[in-house]
Amino acid sequence: MTPPNGSSGVITPPGTPSRNGHHTVQEVESITIRFAGDSGDGMQLAGTQFTNTSALLGNDIATFPDFPAEIRAPAGTLPGVSGFQVHFSSTDIHTPGDVLNALVVMNPAALKTNLKDLEPGGYLIVNGDAFGVSDLDKARYKVSPLDDGSLKNYRVVRVSIGKLTREAVAECKLSPREADRCKNFFALGLVYWMYERPLETTLKWIRDKFGKNPQFVDANSRALKAGYNYGETVELLPVQYKVAKAKIAPGTYRKITGNEALALGLVAASMKAKKTLVFSGYPITPASSVLEQLADMKRFGVKTLQAEDEIAAAGVAIGASFGGAIGVTATSGPGICLKSEAIGLAVMTELPLVILDIQRGGPSTGLPTKTEQADLLQAMFGRNGECPAAIIAPQSPSDCFDIALEAVRIATRFMCPVFLLSDGYIANGAEPWKVPAVANLPNLEVKNITEPNGAGWGGAAHENGAGDAAKYLPYKRDELLARPWALPGTPGLEHRIGGIEKQDVTGNINYDPENHEHMVRTRAQKIENIALTIPDLDVIGPADADLLVIGWGGTHGTITTAIERARRKGQKVAQAHFRYLNPMPKNTAEVLARFKKILVPELNSGQLLWLLRAKFLAPAQGLNKIQGRPFLVSEIESAIDGMLK
Amino acid sequence: MSASATALPTLSTKDLSSDQEVRWCPGCGDYSILAQMKKALTTVGVPREKMAFVSGIGCSSRFPYYMNTYGFHTIHGRAPTFATGLRLANPDLQVWVVTGDGDGLSIGGNHTIHLLRRNVDVKVLLFNNEIYGLTKGQYSPTSRPGTKTKTSPVGSVESPIRPLTIALAAEATFVARTIDVDVQHLVAILQRAAAHKGTAFVEIYQNCKIFNDGVFEYATDKSVKAEHVLYLEHGKPMIFGKDRNKGIRLNGLKPEVVEIGKDCGPDDLLIHDETLSEPTLANLLSRMVNPEFPEVVGVLRAVRKPTYEELMDKQAADAVAKKGPGKIEDLFKAEDTWTVE
Repeated sequence: MTPPNGSSGVITPPGTPSRNGHHTVQEVESITIRFAGDSGDGMQLAGTQFTNTSALLGNDIATFPDFPAEIRAPAGTLPGVSGFQVHFSSTDIHTPGDVLNALVVMNPAALKTNLKDLEPGGYLIVNGDAFGVSDLDKARYKVSPLDDGSLKNYRVVRVSIGKLTREAVAECKLSPREADRCKNFFALGLVYWMYERPLETTLKWIRDKFGKNPQFVDANSRALKAGYNYGETVELLPVQYKVAKAKIAPGTYRKITGNEALALGLVAASMKAKKTLVFSGYPITPASSVLEQLADMKRFGVKTLQAEDEIAAAGVAIGASFGGAIGVTATSGPGICLKSEAIGLAVMTELPLVILDIQRGGPSTGLPTKTEQADLLQAMFGRNGECPAAIIAPQSPSDCFDIALEAVRIATRFMCPVFLLSDGYIANGAEPWKVPAVANLPNLEVKNITEPNGAGWGGAAHENGAGDAAKYLPYKRDELLARPWALPGTPGLEHRIGGIEKQDVTGNINYDPENHEHMVRTRAQKIENIALTIPDLDVIGPADADLLVIGWGGTHGTITTAIERARRKGQKVAQAHFRYLNPMPKNTAEVLARFKKILVPELNSGQLLWLLRAKFLAPAQGLNKIQGRPFLVSEIESAIDGMLK
Repeated sequence: MSASATALPTLSTKDLSSDQEVRWCPGCGDYSILAQMKKALTTVGVPREKMAFVSGIGCSSRFPYYMNTYGFHTIHGRAPTFATGLRLANPDLQVWVVTGDGDGLSIGGNHTIHLLRRNVDVKVLLFNNEIYGLTKGQYSPTSRPGTKTKTSPVGSVESPIRPLTIALAAEATFVARTIDVDVQHLVAILQRAAAHKGTAFVEIYQNCKIFNDGVFEYATDKSVKAEHVLYLEHGKPMIFGKDRNKGIRLNGLKPEVVEIGKDCGPDDLLIHDETLSEPTLANLLSRMVNPEFPEVVGVLRAVRKPTYEELMDKQAADAVAKKGPGKIEDLFKAEDTWTVE
């Protein structure tokens, strides 16, 4: 018997007796499994439950939910397939895994669209009830793949999931349709047995979720247990697999997705800053869940508004910042297009604004539920005039928490819009997150000006008018060129701002040619000055590496894993990951100059590459994938091999 | 800091004037509105630092620069959104939106509607001159059919928007109309708007000297205006005319102009009630258009409903009452946690 291979390695030899003594238990380092079915089959739910259970068991986890943009494409068809991939491990992992060790498919369509990712010899758990003539027809199979020998390279486990589920819930007085909806719990129970996972977490979840409908609690619990018991009773597999707890740093952990972490980070930031968080958004995939979560956090002083459109969402956030709150809006690429004019106003009026761009495939409506990193240049340049804004990007779901605080810090310290470029992969993916100690969170307290700032105030580096000691000068700047933030309601500081070019220092309307050039350059320099407050670009790996791999955003985990493998092969590869894209860290030029070969993998046609070449004349090469899907580790590995040939 | 910045209630119009040079065209109706605004605000009991003027783009939208209050000149049509955010951040402020017919009803029509239906406590002044002034004379969404402009050289074929009808359809809780040169009426309406809790929508007929001069002459020329304008007064019959002998009667679901003593007695006239919970009557009034009808000025509707901010505050207070004020630590415990030793 060969153990699941791919990324996992056998730790204990086969032969350890199972609890009931009839089959063996093998301990493996890690497993990647995917649940796939119709978008009505509850696959996202099954995957999430499996993730939660594995996280609570102490495994490291990484997930990749992948679902169609249609809410319910016709049942059983290829476009309607929804999948949820979980990678759980006893070691530190960074990706949801390239290759599946096991695949659960609820129908032929799910089989057809997912089989290519299953490793040879991998377990294929098939809901055998769903392979009738019409099911096969909907998935465009002429003959059943279960019968034509095409699956001979896999270990096919055929289970009548539909029939067994109906039998398990027979006493619950459900309609046939309701009974069928419990199938996902049966499948989940089966998989729990395969990987020796306890049922308690999910049973509790079922009780909490369906508490008001006791028959649903009963039915789903029975289906889950029936799946588990079926696996054990019929000795479904000759072997069970066990993944030990991961050795991770001590602390309190919870599972978190990127969008959850953004919501928590924003609220924590507002509390540290002692400012109201005003969040305004317009529903858009994959950003909506940030608004959904914040809307339910009213006791934390959060105010949320579901705006009438993307433009309004930006306007509300900027208006709130003018009023002294932390104005935040979240959207995806198409929404950024609509917000552009308002963001230009925030640049001109120099007000804090946090813009979360949860990127998806574009252009236009593009691929609403699929990931891409193609809004970098839009964030960089997508506005009229010379209109620089800060840009930062989280590198993982849990990093979203820290980077949300950083976005608020930059926006309030520098009085500027900050783009936070997350993506669909980070937003929906989950990983364990070490809950931070509140005392260790950065101090984000903001000092609003309460007195006139004429003579003697701040650095006044760019003064061109006579200072008036008794006056509030809204565009008199401090040593980093940030302007003072005076809040409406403060006596004596009444002032007017707007989108027309400002006179230096006074902020009055001004059309002088020299003043315009001075202000354009000053706004740009202010954004450059952010670099004085951020960490240097960290280079991980040997100083004399033959190759530097540079990434940004959600590709971090995959690149890291690929480099770890390259090093195990003896290749000398270093890694640098940009969390700060505008401005870039101070040492960027120096880092780039140190390496002869530079590889920049991106889920776009080369946007960071374009910036690095343009700004630093760096001889970097791109590895570009534009398929709405994250990189596989193997893809980056082979690009590294290619560069080192 | 001058004493007048905080002292109440002794604001003078001078205290409310900023140091910026006013740059409207000579003869523009905006001058009168600016002057009456300052006059009205000396009496509302709000210190100037607690006032904020938010505008979009257009001639009217330069208004904030000329007021010595907090001001935000934003982007075309979007002032209602910035004003909403400002109220959310700082519910102590009295927030005014200054907009024009192009700004508020064309590019920003959507936002105007949503501000009104939310009932955010913001006062909207819509300067209506039925033309685009700052872009030099194109027809606007309120221009009458047949209006000849640079973009409608043989006359506009579009149906004009009736601003008050739109406001009422959007469930506005305060709807009024006044005229730039009718200074006492203008001051009184601005004071009423300032006192209203919720979104107040005021249409101000405003003359554009350069591109649409005299478009409201029927309502401003002293020799004819009495025949063309009906001043609404709460609880009073709807009477107009130089001799105060004409009125409005309801015939089925349609208003009609009648002559008192000839067509009917004074008791047959419609009595104005601005507090009706159903805006049906106000809607009829908003659709009376010259020359078939006199056009109404005054308050069409003034009802009290919970504001957006009040409802938001209540939800927040309920959430705190239920689970206590949130602390940062609580954020992290919303999901199951586990401890690694």
